[in-house]
Amino acid sequence: MSFLELKNITKIYPNGTKAVDETSLNVEDGEFVVFVGPSGCGKSTLLRMIAGLEDITGGEISLDGVIINNIDPSERDVAMVFQNYALYPHMTVFNNMAYGLKNRGISKDKINSKVNDAAKLLEIDQLLDRKPSMLSGGQRQRVAMGRAIVRNPKIFLFDEPLSNLDAKLRNQMRLEIKKLQRQMDVTSIFVTHDQTEAMTLGDRIVVINDGIVEQVGTPKEIYSNPNTKFVAEFIGSPQMNLFDCSIKNGIAKIGEAQVNLDNLININDASIGIRPDDIQITDSGKFESKANLVEYLGSDMIIYSSIGGQDFSCKLSSKIDVKAGDNFKFDITPSSIHVFDNNTNKKV
Amino acid sequence: MKKVQFKSSYSQYFFLAPQLLILLIFLYWPIIQTFRDAFTIQDAFGFGSYFAGFDNFKFIFTDPSYYTAFKFTIIYSFVITLITGSIGLLLAVQANNVLHGKNVYKTLLIWPYAIAPAVVGVMANYFFSERFGLLYHLFNNLWGFNWYEDVFDAYIYVVIAGSWKQISANFIFFLAGLQAIQKTVIEASIIDCKSNIRRFWTITFPLLMPTTFFLIIINITYAFFDTFGIIDTTTIGAPGSETKTLVYKAYIDGFKGLDLGSAGAQSIMMMLIVLVITIFQFRYIEGKIHYN
Repeated sequence: MSFLELKNITKIYPNGTKAVDETSLNVEDGEFVVFVGPSGCGKSTLLRMIAGLEDITGGEISLDGVIINNIDPSERDVAMVFQNYALYPHMTVFNNMAYGLKNRGISKDKINSKVNDAAKLLEIDQLLDRKPSMLSGGQRQRVAMGRAIVRNPKIFLFDEPLSNLDAKLRNQMRLEIKKLQRQMDVTSIFVTHDQTEAMTLGDRIVVINDGIVEQVGTPKEIYSNPNTKFVAEFIGSPQMNLFDCSIKNGIAKIGEAQVNLDNLININDASIGIRPDDIQITDSGKFESKANLVEYLGSDMIIYSSIGGQDFSCKLSSKIDVKAGDNFKFDITPSSIHVFDNNTNKKV
Repeated sequence: MKKVQFKSSYSQYFFLAPQLLILLIFLYWPIIQTFRDAFTIQDAFGFGSYFAGFDNFKFIFTDPSYYTAFKFTIIYSFVITLITGSIGLLLAVQANNVLHGKNVYKTLLIWPYAIAPAVVGVMANYFFSERFGLLYHLFNNLWGFNWYEDVFDAYIYVVIAGSWKQISANFIFFLAGLQAIQKTVIEASIIDCKSNIRRFWTITFPLLMPTTFFLIIINITYAFFDTFGIIDTTTIGAPGSETKTLVYKAYIDGFKGLDLGSAGAQSIMMMLIVLVITIFQFRYIEGKIHYN
């Protein structure tokens, strides 16, 4: 039995919207799982159901062997970090962190030592007497983390906690969250719409779309072996190139161009996916195209081009000399091609 | 912002004139008039007046009926503020939690706000009339209620009549205050605290303090000034003069008793009282409030 088990979880709102559809998932003790998907896909709803902030329409959630469907949020032993921090604006940092402990009848001395320990760990021990309005975004984020840590919960729930921070701070906090999670070894679920966050943070990633789990796996599995067209497009930056084509005897036709695949399949309406960094530019390349636009990123560059009327991008070292308007030749390794059936949107 | 330069130095006065005229006629002139009245004694038939110094003030301070009105106004505004505030808050919290038909509750609870005080008074009349008053007979059966003779019963009458409409005002502002509280703050507290009541007093209520403070001032002002129409259509000060507010007394003394000097002095006293209350509130209460 896993530490956290979701069994056929469904959420239907009173207005009939199905936010989460028959989702099942097992999370092991100490694991860091990331829910990722576009906004409105139901990932936050799923998290909120685990927290108890949202009723469960159907299915069962168990945490540490106990079914928590009907247990009060305060008694589930979960701690949540919210996107907008959700600090109590009228309380000092100390009281913000102590509030949950006070309500659980923990002794004053114990509260003091717990809060002080957490504050030291998060380097906010200088701020304990301040009110949230006197803190910067990053500091508020730390207080929100501190509020979760002091409780020593069974599970941490993060609801897009980094979205309100600027890019630099976001990267820094991302690292800290990961470090903290390792250090404390607490099972964590992290919700984000940002695939980079998902890839870097998660032991496992759950890709959700339209209330349905598209794929669960380690970042590497998800990246190198996407099960559906949605996952293929959503994970990876720049996006995977998808070409609509018909496949006959293992040869995909994209307009005039013919791409050899490594198995001899026939699909009328298919898509082949190639990651921008799996396209190699060589003078001996089989394909030729014109660079419409070139983005210089320092060590890398991205070339935007089109073939058979379909746009694509390739990412390569900026040492190669291709300018906008130039023609270039390239090759594609058959083994790096992902084939999807357009009728099912699933991998073939 | 673009700066507009007037060519003639008079045109700005032309644009200001309508507003200034209204202020002058309906605000400044009456104020000056009040001060003049307060320091003069006028013949009841308007044949003459003379400067009286502080005589009018001396008179009201030695007048026991002024103390009665003062006492009543203080009690009345305290009770009205307490009752309308707490019932308004209770209703707002309940209506905020309603899932189905929220708007029906809201609309019905807001309606009384649109009714003029005098109309409220007339309606209250029906409930408290000796002949066919529903509440009159209910209370009369319970403890021999008779506001025509008993001061305390008369208080009950004007408090109910005066609170009813004002509960709506409190309800609206508290509801708006509740909805202005970040949803996630409440959610965070749901995870942190099991007891609804404790959560309300430790999170929701402190965050409503700015609204509460505002409503205390509004309610006191209402009880002081806007209940005129209610008193005038309900007890008219009955049993004796025990349910006259300061405003009502100033009106009766000035326009019914034709003692404009006393009415003017009373008005100035009222101004000072409101000033003191407001200073007190801002000095001692506002400092304890957290504004977002």
